[in-house]
Parts: sequence; C-alpha cells; structure tokens
Amino acid sequence: MLRSWVVVFASFGYIGLLFAIAWFADRRAREGRSIIANPVIYSLSLAVYATAWTFYGSVGRAAHDGVGFLPIYVGPTLMILLWWFVLRKMIRVSKLARITSLADFVASRYGKSALLGGLVTVIAVIGILPYISLQLKAVSSSFQIVLGYPELEMPRSGNPILQVTAFYVALLMALFTIAFGTRHVDVGERHEGMVAAIAFESIVKLVAFLAVGLYVTFGIFGGFGDVFGKAAQRPELARLMAPFSAEGSLASWAWMTVLSMLAIVFLPRQFQVAVIENVEERHLKTAVWLFPLYMLAINVFVLPIAFGGMLLFPAGVDPDSFVLTLPMSQHHEALTLLVFVGGISAATGMVIVETIALSTMVCNDLVMPILLRWKRLNLAARSDFTALLLDIRRGAIVVILLLGYFYFTVAGEAYALVSIGLISFAAVAQFAPAVLGGLYWKGGSKAGALAGLSVGFAVWFFTLLLPAFAKSGWFGMDVVDNGLLGLELLRPTQLFGLRGLDQITHAMIWSMLANIGAYVLVSLVGRQSAAEHSQATLFVDVFTQTGEAPRVWRATTSVSALQALLGRFLGPARAAEQFTAYARVRGLKSAQELEADAGLLNFAERQLAGTIGAASARTMVATVAQEEPLGMEEVMTIIDEASHVIAYSHELEQKKQELEEATANLRAANERLKELDRLKDDFISTVTHELRTPLTSIRAFSEILHDSPDIDPAERHRFLGLIIKESERLTRLINQVLDLAKLESGMAEWRTSELDLCEIVGDAVSATSQIFKSRGVSVEARLPDRVPPVAGDRDRVMQVMLNLLSNAVKFSPSGTGRVEVRLAVETDGVRVDVEDNGVGVSKEHQGVVFEKFRQVGDTLTQKPAGTGLGLAICRQIVERLGGRLWLQSEPGKGSVFSFILPLAVRQEQAVAATA
Amino acid sequence: MTKTSRKGQQLGGLFLLGCLLFNYPMLAIFNVRETLLGIPLLYSYLFGAWALLIALAYVVMERTE
Repeated sequence: MLRSWVVVFASFGYIGLLFAIAWFADRRAREGRSIIANPVIYSLSLAVYATAWTFYGSVGRAAHDGVGFLPIYVGPTLMILLWWFVLRKMIRVSKLARITSLADFVASRYGKSALLGGLVTVIAVIGILPYISLQLKAVSSSFQIVLGYPELEMPRSGNPILQVTAFYVALLMALFTIAFGTRHVDVGERHEGMVAAIAFESIVKLVAFLAVGLYVTFGIFGGFGDVFGKAAQRPELARLMAPFSAEGSLASWAWMTVLSMLAIVFLPRQFQVAVIENVEERHLKTAVWLFPLYMLAINVFVLPIAFGGMLLFPAGVDPDSFVLTLPMSQHHEALTLLVFVGGISAATGMVIVETIALSTMVCNDLVMPILLRWKRLNLAARSDFTALLLDIRRGAIVVILLLGYFYFTVAGEAYALVSIGLISFAAVAQFAPAVLGGLYWKGGSKAGALAGLSVGFAVWFFTLLLPAFAKSGWFGMDVVDNGLLGLELLRPTQLFGLRGLDQITHAMIWSMLANIGAYVLVSLVGRQSAAEHSQATLFVDVFTQTGEAPRVWRATTSVSALQALLGRFLGPARAAEQFTAYARVRGLKSAQELEADAGLLNFAERQLAGTIGAASARTMVATVAQEEPLGMEEVMTIIDEASHVIAYSHELEQKKQELEEATANLRAANERLKELDRLKDDFISTVTHELRTPLTSIRAFSEILHDSPDIDPAERHRFLGLIIKESERLTRLINQVLDLAKLESGMAEWRTSELDLCEIVGDAVSATSQIFKSRGVSVEARLPDRVPPVAGDRDRVMQVMLNLLSNAVKFSPSGTGRVEVRLAVETDGVRVDVEDNGVGVSKEHQGVVFEKFRQVGDTLTQKPAGTGLGLAICRQIVERLGGRLWLQSEPGKGSVFSFILPLAVRQEQAVAATA
Repeated sequence: MTKTSRKGQQLGGLFLLGCLLFNYPMLAIFNVRETLLGIPLLYSYLFGAWALLIALAYVVMERTE
C-alpha cells in the first residue's frame, strides 16, 4: 500500500536532496573549485530539455501516431551539430558583452534597445506559459493517480481536486524556485548550485525512465520482439508501425524537426544553461555527442511502453500516464514511487530553470528599465538595489507560475501534453530570425527586429493560442469556425485557405513567413543608428575582434561617482574590489589613480550589465555620466581616426621598405668603400714602389759621380744622361699619378668643344713621327677627307692618341714594325683604331691592361717599358667624354686599340634630353 | 587548414547527412510493415540512424590528431 504520506515525504525528501546538492555546489564555487566546470555536467544540464513532456508525454504521443514524438529529439541532435558554429558564437558574444538572458542578447545586439528587450520578454513569458502549465498538469495528475493506488483512476477534466492540486503545485514550485535562484544577486547571473542540481535531476529522470522501460519490456513482456509482435496482431496498433500515410504527415515531421531545432537554442532555459551557465567553450565538444546520446537513451523505451500500455489497458486510461500506470497495474510500489519522483524531477528541473531565466528577463529587461525611466520614483538615486532586484525577481517567479496555473485551468485540459508544449516551441521559434539574423547579418536593424518579432508573435497568437482558448470553451468557437470578422480567409486554423496541415505546421509556415519577411524588409528599407551599427559589428565579427566593445561613452564624471553607482548594485565592497582589479590591469597602483575616461565608463557599464542587463546598465551609467548620443560628427571622427590609423600603418609599411632598401644600398656602398680603400692601399704601395725604382737609379749614379771625382768624362756624361732620363721618368710618373687622381676625383678641368678627329690624329702622328723613325717602325694614317665633329677636350684626346701611339711603338719589333691608324664613322660616333704588329696581348690579359700599374709581361726580368698608368688614364678620359676604349688582340700577331667618341650633335641632344 | 575549421566542416557534413537520413524520401522508403529481428523496420531504422549519427559525431569530436 502506497500511502499518501509516503508519496509526499518522498517528494519533499527529493527536493531537500536537490537543495543539498545546490548548496554544496555553491560552496565549492565560492572556494574556486567549481564542480560544474566539467563537460559531462554541462551536457547533463542541457538535458533540462527533457521535461515532463518527455517523461510522460512522449509515450502519449507515440500511442497516438507512432513516431511523432521523435522529431522533438532528432531536431536538437541535428542542431547541436551546428552548435559548433552558432552556439559557440553566441557564447563568445555573451561573455564579451556580459549578456544575462535571451532578451538581453536581442536588446544588446540591436543597439541596447530597452523596447526590444521588453518585447522579447513579453513574448517569452506569454509563449512559455503553456509549457509551464504542461508541467503543472503532469505533476498534479501524476499525484492524483499515485494517490489512487492501487486503483487506476484517471483524473476527469474539470475535476476540482485536480485544479486545487495544480494550484498547490504551482505555489510550491514558486517557493522552491525562489529559494533556489534568488538568494543573492550573482554577477553575470550564473547559478552554479542550480546547474549542479539540474544535472543531478537529469540523471534521476533518466534512471527512472530506463527502469520502467526495462521493467515493461523485459518484466511484463518478453523483450522488444514480444511487445511489437503482440501489437502487430492488433490492426489499430499495427497501423502505428508505418505511420506516414496521411497527407502531409511527412511535412509535419519535417516542420516538427525544424521547430525543435530552434527550440533547443531559443527556449529561455536552454539559452540559460547552454550560453549563460557555460563555463568553457570547449565543453561543447563533449556535449555535441553526449547530449544526443542522452536523448537517444531516454527515448529507446518510449515505443515499448506505449504499445505495452495499449495492449494491457482498456481504452479509458490516458496514454500520457502509461509510464506511471504500468508499474501500478503490476502492483510494483517501489518502481511506482521511483517513476513519480522521476516525473517530479523532470518537471521541477524545467520549472526552476525556465522561471529563473524568465524572471531575470522580466526584472532586467522589463521592470527595471520602466522603473528607472519613471522620473517620479527617482529610483536612480537609490543607494542599494540588491534587495529591490531580488524582490522583483521573486515577484516575477510567483506571477509566472500563477499565470501558468491560469493557462492550465483555461486551456490545459483540452490538449495532450505534447500538443501543449509545441505551442510554446512555436512561440520561442519567433526569436530565430532576430537572433540568427543578428549573429550573421550586420544589416539587421532594430526596427526590423521589432517588426519581425511583433508580426510573428501576432500570427502565433492568432493561429495557435486563440484556437487553444476557443477549444477549451473559454469563449465561443465562432472565430475559429467562421474566421475573424466572419471572413473565411481569416480562420485561425486555415489562414488564407491553407488546409491539410496540422495546426503547428500551419502556424509555423505563416508566422515564419511573416516574421522573416518583416525583419528583412524593414531592415533593408530603414537605416541603422550609430549605436546599432557598433553593436552589430561587435556581434557579427566577434571571432575576428580581439579588443573590447567599441567605446561610445564620451562623457565626464568622477571615478568615485562610478564606484558608488556600481556599489549600489554589487555592494560597496565588491565594487571597490572590481575597481582595484581594473586599476591593476591598467598598471596603476590603486583605484584612486584611475581616470574616468571612456574605458572606465565602459568597464562600469559591462559590470552593471552582468547584473541588471545591458539596457538598464546603459540607463544607470547615463545617470552619472551625461551620455551624449553619437552624432554624425562623432561617427565621422571615429571613421577618420580609423582611416588615419590605416594610413599610418601603410606609411609605416612604406617606411620600413624604404629603410630596408636604404640599408641594402648602404651595405653595398660600404662594400664598395672597402673595395676602394683596398684599391687605394694597393695604389699607394704600387706608386711608391714605382717611384723608388727611378730614385734608386738616380741615387746610385749620383753616388758614383760623387765618390769618383776622377771618372772618365765620357762615362760621367753617360751617367748624367741616365740621371736626367730617370728624373724625367720620375717627373712623368708623378704627373701621371696626379693626372689620374684628378681624373678620378673629377677635379680635372675640361674644355669641351667640337673637335675634328682627322686633324688631331694627323697632328698626333706627325708629333710622334720622330720616335717611330728612331725605332725603325713605319706608321701610316688612313684618314677620310672629312668626319663629323665630335665633342671633347682637344688636349685630352691628343693625350690619348699620343699614349696609344707610343704604346704601339714600344711593343712593335724594331725594323719590321708597322703601325696603322684608321678613322671610321660609326652610327654612334667616330672610331679610331691604332693597329700594330707587335707581341700582342693574350686573352686573359686583355681585361687587365687598362688597370693601373698592370703591365703585361714578366716585370721581374724585363725592365718596365712604361709607368703602367697610360692606358688607365686613356680609358678614364674616353669614358669621361662618353665614349669607349677597348682592345682586340692575338698573341704574336699584334693588337688593335680602338676608341669611339660620340658625335658633337648627339652629345648636345643628350644633354638637352637629360636637362 | 586549421584543425578547428576542419572539425567544423566535418560537423557540417554530418548535419547534412542527418537531414538526409531523417527526411523524405528515406522515411518513406522505410515506412512499411516489415520487421527486423521482431522490431518494426521503421523503428529500427530511426534509432539505428540516430545512433550512427551520434557515433560519427563522437568520432569527429574526440578523435585526437
């Protein structure tokens, strides 16, 4: 015999256990050793999705249409695969902007709009009422049934005892939730104790359901095959094994899947546990497979229980109660009690989280913004808000549960559990366009979100809630049957003549069409304000941003005023703590050193937003810091600053490149300088060596003459001749070194004029004819009659000619030597060739003969025939005049030294062109 | 390609697979009064496909590379 006191005692005992768990988790959280920072706990807390609907209602739905209960769990299984993209983004945004609820999220996305936050709150509260009434109905009727033990008595509709029970259940749950969720104001609205209790409840309801499933399948029947085999023999049950026969039943399945995909994200309690209570993003990794696994496990026995119940019971037993009535019918007391506790667990879990989430929304996004704007209350001047906040939330919890009870009395009894719940699913699905659009589309505007939400909600109300009220007889069926204003096209369940669909599919099609349409259309037509735009960027680009929220405060206030403001909501001690921590982060010693700049105002706003929501926080900060709206000028300034920064970085980039180039140039120049330095050293050592050779001769002969006064006069004359010759060579060498130095340093004077090369070559040949004659070398000049004038310095060109001719003489064999000088006009100037039939220069030496002091031949055994500077000077001169000097030679056959000088006209043109 | 984006793409692929498995025409194909080991074919298919999807999600998320 299951006495009523046992049932009541078990219920309260169970709830006491929940409190103990919550208390323990809260204490661990305060000690910094959180027990909910664990992916398994996170996944289990997500299972708050499985409510009394799942626990009792799935079986009822299965008895009705076979697999119709499944889309509710398949949808979330699919959606959670996308969570990696969607929910991760929502979590990131919420942590950044300190979001406390779904309403806060929407309000914050669309420019911290209090109006939008309020609208979302109203929709959420009204939309969730059927869902809460479902829990009340399930708990109170299961209580009624259990009290009848061992008789199976179904609570009849309109039964006053059932209604009274439901009222008490509502009140008890309200008290329970108040005790649970509103003991103190948490920063960021996180409730560790609650999450731990919810995770525990998820285990209890799963164990209870699996126990009854195993008992029915393997205890009462002989396994899955036995249950289904027996059912297949009854035609009305066999029908359920291939249920997709009616027109639109597959469409209805698809829509149900979509609906539950949205519900798993947009139900306020799911948003609370999945986003707000999320400790770490990576917990999603486990949830992606563990949460679907949980749903699979809790659904495996739904069909056997449904068929078992239909096989065993007469038609009068409500399928929604099979989970409880099956163990009762077998007089299994312990299992009955376990199932009853499991049902309570499923219902309380939902009610606690849902009402806490809703009360936060009501307080932060509906009541507080109104109170704060209500000038006569002068609430902004109040010194302590914590008590007020808690009172508002407690009131909201009681009101929400009483409204749920009210809905239950009006409309709850006409529908099965799942049908009631689906109405709520359709309501929260209205948030999808505004939230998902807001996450991925920067163009979505506040006006668009307002329009979409209002229109979608209105259609939902008309097509789902109105018929629900009408069906329960609260008011006549007139509107449902004949349409609004008597227009057939405006019948709530067949809007615009759309037939053949179930109510939910019908409502979803129209409400989504209206919602998305209005959201997109209004967003496209209207314009966003500056605040909206900055929030839109924050939300959409959350993964690419690294910094803080854009700073829109540009006001002056004092640090102490801000700290006092924070103190009113968080308590003075915690406010001081936060400010000191902030100052530390900024590298300051204490909060006194802080300046009340835009950054600090933002910090204060975010701290407040974590307690009272974004819209209210904005209002509160505005009371101490005269917030000036972002005008066009400010926006332009911000854009200007941004573009300055970009320009600056471009400039830096360019500077950097220039710097790199300059460094490379410098390095090359340095190399060149080193090379030149080495060359100079070489040059000096070579020059001194070359100078010493004639000096040594001069000194030697002078000493002989000095030491031998009685030397033969002929000998003396020869010696004096040698001294003179060596002195001349010395003089020549020094002149040439000076000349070369002048040329190289560009100090030489140039008297450029138009020259007739015929004349110069002729002069040079006749000037050297004496040397040729004395060496026995013939010389021949083949000159055309006229050549075009070239530009140059006459003396220098003559110097080149004389040098080349004397070289030719020097290296031509005495007697048979023959030197030929030719003059030819080329396209780029006038060319002079000096050809000899001397020893020639081998290929490897041809390049070096033009270098300083490089004389071809063995300098050790042969006396040098020149200074070694002649050709170097020649090349310098020719190149300075814009021409080229080169050598063609074969050893033993002679050499041809050629140079080319540019024409005078072209030279002038070139000068004109470069000038 | 980073590990995270690869994981995301694999999950996206699983999502599409799930949409296929739990929709017309797959459901219509299995909507017959046959049994598999005594269990109606449609039920076996639905729970089997569900379990497969979860197993694949487990492999994608927990495999260490």
